[in-house]
This record gives sequence, C-alpha cells and structure tokens, in this order.
Amino acid sequence: MTATPLQPGVIPEPPARSAGAWALDIMLWGGLLLLLLISFGPVDMSRLPLLFTNTDNIRLYGRELLNPPMPWDNPELWARLVGQMWLTIQIALWGTFIAVFLAIPMGLAAARNIAPNWIVWPMRRVMDILRSIPDLVMGTLFIVAVGLGPLAGVLAIALNTAGVLAKLFSEAVESIDHGPVEGVRATGAGRLHEIVWGVIPQVAPLWTSFALYRFESNSRAATVLGLIGAGGIGQLLFENIQSFNYATVSAIAIVIVVAVSLIDMLSQAMRKRLL
Amino acid sequence: MSSQIAAVADVRDVSKTYGARKALDGVTVSVAPGEMVALIGPSGSGKSTLLRSITGLIPIDGGKGKIIVFGETVQQNGRQVSSVRRTRGKLGFIFQQFNLVGRLSLFSNVMLGALGRLPAWRGVFGLWPPEDKEKAMAALHRVGVADYAAQRANTLSGGQQQRGAIARAIVQGAQAILADEPVASLDPVSARKVMELLVELNRRDGLGVIVTLHQVDYAIRYCERVIALKAGKVVYDGPSAGLDRPTLIDIYGPEFEDAFWETQA
Repeated sequence: MTATPLQPGVIPEPPARSAGAWALDIMLWGGLLLLLLISFGPVDMSRLPLLFTNTDNIRLYGRELLNPPMPWDNPELWARLVGQMWLTIQIALWGTFIAVFLAIPMGLAAARNIAPNWIVWPMRRVMDILRSIPDLVMGTLFIVAVGLGPLAGVLAIALNTAGVLAKLFSEAVESIDHGPVEGVRATGAGRLHEIVWGVIPQVAPLWTSFALYRFESNSRAATVLGLIGAGGIGQLLFENIQSFNYATVSAIAIVIVVAVSLIDMLSQAMRKRLL
Repeated sequence: MSSQIAAVADVRDVSKTYGARKALDGVTVSVAPGEMVALIGPSGSGKSTLLRSITGLIPIDGGKGKIIVFGETVQQNGRQVSSVRRTRGKLGFIFQQFNLVGRLSLFSNVMLGALGRLPAWRGVFGLWPPEDKEKAMAALHRVGVADYAAQRANTLSGGQQQRGAIARAIVQGAQAILADEPVASLDPVSARKVMELLVELNRRDGLGVIVTLHQVDYAIRYCERVIALKAGKVVYDGPSAGLDRPTLIDIYGPEFEDAFWETQA
C-alpha cells in the first residue's frame, strides 16, 4: 500500500553549496596550511624529536623533579614557601581590590544606558589601553617607578584588572532592566540615587562574581609577576630555576598548584551561591 | 498657595512624535485636585505617553506645547525644566510592571519613596530617618502587605508588588497618583484590590488620581470622569456615565466589547 502524497507537486532537491562557498573554504583552509608551512622553520619545529631523543637530560631533571623535599624533611623550606605563596595571594588580593575600586566608576561611565556618549567613548578607549598592556609590561614599568617588590605587582595587577573588570561591569549595566530605574526616578530621586538604588542592586551579584573570578586568575598572574622581581612565590620559583635547583622547583610547583586550586574551588563555591 | 488651587496637571496643546507616528496630537486636558480620572483608548492611542509626559519621564515635542503640574511648569518647548525632580516628587507613579527593584526588600523599595525629600547623601547611603521608617511600615500596613516587608520584592506576587508600589507613593507624600495600566498585569482579585486602594487614596486623602485603563468597565465603575484618546487626540472628556454605545464605537470601533473585562455594558 503506497502512501498518498499529502501535498501535490514535486519535492525539491536539498540545498547545495555554491561553488563560491567552496572556493572560500579552500582559500581559508589552504591559507592556514600555507601559513603553518612557512612558520615551520622559524620556530625550530624540526628539533621537536629532541624531546624524545635527549632522554638523559630529561631523566636527570625528572629524577629531581619527582623527588621534592617533603615538608617533614625540610620544614624550614616549606614554611618559607607557604609564606611566599601567602604573599603572592596578598598581592592578588590588593590588586583585585584596587581594580574593583577603579572599575566601578569606569564601568558605569562606559555604560551606554547610564552615561552620555561623549563620556562613554573616551572611557572605553582608556579601558582598551589598560587591557591591552600585558601585566608583565606594566609590572616592569612599576618596578622602575616604585622599585622591586610586591607593590609593583599590586599596581600592575590593579591597572590591568581594572580595564578588564570595567568592561565586564559596563556590559552588566547595559543589560539591566530599565523599569526599576524608572521606578526610582519617578519618586523624584536624583541621578546618583538612580544608580545606587536602581542599577547597583541589579548588577551586584554579577559584579561580585566577576571580581571573584578575576581574583582567581590574579593569584596566577601574581605568581608570574614574581619572575620580574615583584616578590612572592614566583620570584622564588625563578631564582631556583636559574640555579638548577629542580627539587625545590618541584616543591614550589606543588605549593602553587595546591594554593591556586584551593582558591579556584573557594571562589567557585562563592560564585555559585551568588547567582 | 498656588498648589492649593492649581490643577494636578494642566496639559496644553501637547504633541509627541515618534518617527513618523504622532503619539500625542495637540492634547489639551486639565485635571483638578481631588479628581479621579480614567484615561482610556485603544492600544497605541497615546494614554501611556500622556501620563509619562506629565511626570517628565519622556520629553514632548518642541513648539507651543506645555505641561504644568501643581502650578509649576514641567516641560515646555520640548525641554524639561530643571525643577522637574521636585515636581515629580509630588506625583506618585504606578507602573504596569510595578518597577520595584527586585533584589531589594519590599521595605527598602517603599523607603525609596523618601529619596526625593531627604538630603541627597542620606539617600545615597540609605540612612533613613526613624520617622520615615515608621511611615513606610504604616504605608505597607495600610495597603495590606506589611507582613512581607523583609522579603525581596521579586519573591512576591504581582498584586503584592503593585500594593508595595502604592505604599512607595504614599511614603513619597505624593499629592496625586499617576497610574499607568496598574491592573493590566494582575489577576481580577488583585486588580480590584489595587483599584479600591486608588479610590480610597482619592476619597480619604483627597489625592488626585489619573489612571490609564484597558478595561472600560473598570473606568466606569471606579472613576467619575473619563478622558478617551484615539490616535493621539482627545475624543471624549466627560462623566463616565456619558459613555454610551455610539461613543464607545467611536473610540474603539465596532469591536468595542473586547475592551470590557468582566461585565458587559
């Protein structure tokens, strides 16, 4: 028994891709392949097999890396490592705090539904600049300004993070519900009241979540900043790598991994409660 | 003195254009203190635009149009005057979507009514004077939602939120209430309660009330005077008893019965 057609007429063919679309695809993927081939030499890809043939060196490093001094073997070293890790976290804490402090007015000034265009545009350019300078470069500049040490790290993290947070903050403000703001305005309240009572309560959970997330990544960034002399566990790491002290390097790595994971878990749990 | 006699709202030859569409087209109406006026008309007739223009939430077109509230000019020639905030404080505004701040407690929302008359810095930090706090609780008690004062506004039902919004207008010390479709998002029971609260504020406290309504039966039941708009023009302004069949057909077209919620006229 054949089914009777529900709709008279011929069923059209499925849509086919045009030759132009194919050509574009080939150009795109072919171009990428070509770029990879051109770059093969300059990045020394031909030496990749060394990773597997140079086994003696690897074995030497590996043996030391796999045998870090244990806390019970060398309590003084571990106390120092934990102390330096704590310093790194403190750098991240202050850096993030100053960043939030800067990002609140900047984020509001960069939100199209709050600020007039002639403020929004320059504010966004300032934010772009802050974000585009890597914190390592910013850290180097601050070391020149305030000398070696944690403060340079704090300032570098603060400015870079301020740019990032201000962008995230302003996007949160732009997506608020305008109704409550209008409700506050209709009572005869001023502009500042509208922001404090109409805008901030709506964005507060999201802002806090962003700030916590940046604190997480800043505790990693603060570690790296130690490499250029901004103090903390990163500086210790760099010094020990340079003196081929791989057993200590391994202990430092353990401390960093544990600390950063703990902060991740803690801030994730807090962010989950907020949203 | 002037605010004793002056009209709640004096709208003179006001127009408002959105692109090519005229939302208001030379509207002239005046509402006396203590009046309870319904503003009706089909969707897009300009009811909300008129109400929002009166409190200065939207600017009117330039030209000779002028809006005066309690003897003080709110806007003219397409510009809002700088004292608009002070005048706005005399008008409580009730929105269709309540417009409470969802994450704040109902109590905090009602306290926001005090923002207009407190020193700015007190308002910013939320340092409400004790007598204002008492006023807020009294207002919440009056509208029947005092038990929910500590709850976040967004955990409350629509009817409870709208009553909270009315409490906010009471704390504001408003001398008149502008309500923009206050019952359109509510169930019939809550809608009646909200309308009865508006009537009570009008009768007991002598507040002028201008309320836009979708439902003609509500306009007839609760308001003595009705102003009808159609395509931005006033097509009826008179007692609600005068809304007969031909007038309603003139306002809404032959399907005017769709504009009734509960009972037929």
